[in-house]
Amino acid sequence: MIDREQVLHVARLARLELSDAEVERMSGELTGILGHIEKIGELDLDGVCPTSHVVEVTNKLRADEPRPSWPREKILGAAPAVRDDGFEVPSPQA
Amino acid sequence: MTSFEPVIGLEIHVQLDTATKMFCSCALSFGEPPNTRCCPVCLGLPGALPVVNAKAIEYGLMIGMALESELADRSIFHRKNYFYPDNPKAYQISQYDEPLCRGGRLGDVRIHRVHLEEDAAKLIHVGETGRIHGSDTSIVDFNRCGTPLVEIVTEPDVKSAEQAREWLQLLRETLRQLEVSDVDMSQGSLRCDANISIRPVGETGFGTKTELKNMNSFAFIERGIKAEVIRQTEIVRGGGDVIQETLHFDPRTERITSLRSKEEAHDYRYFPEPDLVPIRIAPEMLDTARAAVPELPAARAARYEAAGVSADNAKDLAFRAELAARFDDALPVADSAQATAALFLNQGELAAEVEPESVATVSNLVGAKALTPGNVRAVLEILAERGGDPADVVASEGLGAIADDGQLEGIVEDALAANADAAEKIRGGNMKAIGAIIGHVMRETKGRADGGEVTRLVRAKLGL
Ligand SMILES: [Zn+2]
Repeated sequence: MIDREQVLHVARLARLELSDAEVERMSGELTGILGHIEKIGELDLDGVCPTSHVVEVTNKLRADEPRPSWPREKILGAAPAVRDDGFEVPSPQA
Repeated sequence: MTSFEPVIGLEIHVQLDTATKMFCSCALSFGEPPNTRCCPVCLGLPGALPVVNAKAIEYGLMIGMALESELADRSIFHRKNYFYPDNPKAYQISQYDEPLCRGGRLGDVRIHRVHLEEDAAKLIHVGETGRIHGSDTSIVDFNRCGTPLVEIVTEPDVKSAEQAREWLQLLRETLRQLEVSDVDMSQGSLRCDANISIRPVGETGFGTKTELKNMNSFAFIERGIKAEVIRQTEIVRGGGDVIQETLHFDPRTERITSLRSKEEAHDYRYFPEPDLVPIRIAPEMLDTARAAVPELPAARAARYEAAGVSADNAKDLAFRAELAARFDDALPVADSAQATAALFLNQGELAAEVEPESVATVSNLVGAKALTPGNVRAVLEILAERGGDPADVVASEGLGAIADDGQLEGIVEDALAANADAAEKIRGGNMKAIGAIIGHVMRETKGRADGGEVTRLVRAKLGL
């Protein structure tokens, strides 16, 4: 059960402002998601190794060779606001 | 009054000197214009997938080997979630419970772990300019975002600010000689945080620790730790409790200020990075890394000390890899490892232009009193210019020490006669006046007289 306090805590970490109705809804949805995960607990998993990945592949590595970056105009095209060739954002220190 | 001792652990972030970023093929940035070294991967655009830089793994393994760490067979990446504008994905790809290396030691400090991660973007905070009334903004430059980082965490083995500085200097030199980073603290390629607590001397438990962040010079590290130890000691002596928090040391004011509440900031909700498959360290990867690890400063200094070089000189040589390599070539022909080491250190630049064996021979000639210390530089200059056998150069240039006491005795007698005032002063007990006599003898002999021998003769002549 994900209670109201936990929803608010996670929202604070993500800098999200939620209305009371949203907190209520998230509490239900997140509880539902964790419920699915808990179903796994009903299985007999003795002797099954924990896994971090679904495919049996290792070492997908890349040679250390540079390729062109994107042009800055294209990069900054996605910015909500641009200033001094950078992404302008509300100050996190404010 | 109870006395307290500091308990200090260090966390060091090292930017790796690879050609490209950790998870994309953007070239690393060295002061390029903002946002010119970016792509969908390092900007965290939807659908972009990271791919691990093989060189970063190799450098990580080299660092693990240099620190005598246990290298993992298998290692995975985790997402470390935090929301901040220096990080476009809202998580940093880092390592959690399966790091590349665990344990280890460098000098007198044990290593806890070594792991790989990616650097964050640079934020430039700008004050209010009037666009939105009353608001401040930050400008984000993503060039640095995704630069490969190695984080090295020590055990809390450091007992003083001085030890922290000295150990970090050894670590920096080790990383420099590994050639895995340019270790330039002023440019942020080597950054250090310190976890600091105090406890009554004799106790083995730990007090509450604070984290002193991002100190970017050895001097600041030493002063910052000192200031924090004093601050904690005053709190505890005053009956208060140290609060666990993240702190900033301002080197201009020597003041320590709190950065943010640590508890919440550290709720990172790590989970395995689903976009990256595990790393399995293959024997070939270990071979490649091992072949690239040279003899490192700590091992080199120990070897020199065992050969008879003083601890200080051994360390100084080991910190100068190129000079040390020349010293290694000189060592087999050196009569005295210490004297030859000192000669290399005193005449560093000049000695580097002379055949290493010849530097040892020059040192040997001084040891055998065939050459005075005052003429060493002249001999080295000739050897640097045209090479040759040091003994021949000494002979042909007439730079050999005067071996004949009878000859030297005559010169000393002349010097005393020519400097009667000084002779009188010496007789009266003013030994400083002997400088005038020695100066005279050295001029007459072109520096070929042994200073000690001249002093002995002067005293004998004056009946002292
Ligand atoms: Zn990129």
